[in-house]
Amino acid sequence: MTETPIKAVAIGASAGAVQALLAILPALPARFSLPILVVVHVPPDRDNALAPLLQSKCRIAVKEAEDKEPIEGGAIYLAPSDYHLLVETQRTLALSTDELVNYSRPSIDALFESAADAYGPELVGVILTGANHDGAAGLKAVKDAGGVAIVEDPTGAYATAMPLAALEACPSAITMNIDAIASYLSSLGPA
Amino acid sequence: MTEDLEIELLLEALHQRYHYDFRHYARASIKRRLIHARGQLGFPTISAIQDRVLHDPSMLPRLLDYLTVQVSDMFRDPSYFKALREKVLPHLRTYPSLKVWIAGCSAGEEVYSLAILFREEGLYDRTIFYATDINPEALAAAETGVFPLDRIRKFTENHRKSGGKSSLSDYYTAAYGRAAFDKSLRSRVVFSDHSLVTDAVFAEMHLISCRNVMIYFDRPLQDRAIGLFRESLTRNGFLGLGSKESLRFSAHAPAFSEFVAGEKIYQRRER
Repeated sequence: MTETPIKAVAIGASAGAVQALLAILPALPARFSLPILVVVHVPPDRDNALAPLLQSKCRIAVKEAEDKEPIEGGAIYLAPSDYHLLVETQRTLALSTDELVNYSRPSIDALFESAADAYGPELVGVILTGANHDGAAGLKAVKDAGGVAIVEDPTGAYATAMPLAALEACPSAITMNIDAIASYLSSLGPA
Repeated sequence: MTEDLEIELLLEALHQRYHYDFRHYARASIKRRLIHARGQLGFPTISAIQDRVLHDPSMLPRLLDYLTVQVSDMFRDPSYFKALREKVLPHLRTYPSLKVWIAGCSAGEEVYSLAILFREEGLYDRTIFYATDINPEALAAAETGVFPLDRIRKFTENHRKSGGKSSLSDYYTAAYGRAAFDKSLRSRVVFSDHSLVTDAVFAEMHLISCRNVMIYFDRPLQDRAIGLFRESLTRNGFLGLGSKESLRFSAHAPAFSEFVAGEKIYQRRER
């Protein structure tokens, strides 16, 4: 699919996120070697129960991202609620409490744009189900930087607005259903 | 790539011309803010911002607003304020007089939160609060204590969850879509310009609250700031950070012990 070796995956999801992530992330093999950065829109006050839930189903480590943490392969990093998750160009994580982007904190655009900056063509960006427009500009940034842009097929998505907005901003993105996304990502895995 | 270079040059220019030093701020968020500023202020490039700000000092405050504004709510993370109320203030109560430093106070949400907390716990009148920031306009806004009314509902809910002993509405007057907090809440607050990047210790503190500022600094700058806090704190003084910040990676970690696990409240070890 691409000539540049992929070094990281960024995933954004909103309404319907948990089901979609549960269909993708547990399918990844234990030897999966890339880092996966995930933004899910969650209410700001809720303790993030998503990390333990996913960890109980996944074969690779799942954790809430910490500020200044070096990004390691074979781990899933979730944006903490009420913080933006950003990637620094030296490939470490950074958090921010800057204003909401697309009414959201964390914002998918904020993650994808900074990850595109840090990883350029070595990044896969995946936009899943959601009822808003966050992630559209971010996915375009991934594509513009030479990375791979993937959108969940809107016809099968729980909420179609976010995939449709992403496709509108980034018409050359590849659409795949959830199962195809899971096998594509799994195929990137072992080095 | 060109843009990264332009940002580098702009930050260098701000430092050399105005002594505002953002060179060791976390770059990803600075870049987002500058790109936002470029769009909002109508400049074609980051270099164009640099050209203007170098020759037109009136541009500086407008740019600082983009570079420094951080968004907070009153009693953000209510459990932090609850922990201060229940675990830290009982210790502070034993001192005849208290000094509290709110570092990076921005528009003042945390200043008013702490003032209300200390008043509810009967410590306000023996405390001096130092509220510092590098942005003069943010400090001026903090000093007015006026917030949009649509934010008050959130503030009220947070205050209640923090264990508030009164109604938040006791502390403000609402008019014309805005809530103006009572002057008496800042009668013991000193608002002052201070940079964690370039300035030194200015008083001995019993409590320093610096929440969600460290995340904007790179590691060496974090160490500088934490070093300042370490020097400023009285023996057994307290340091509160943001809920996603930690001393774990800091060169000064051994000087502190965790005081309230999970709330990022640390105590300076006795030496």
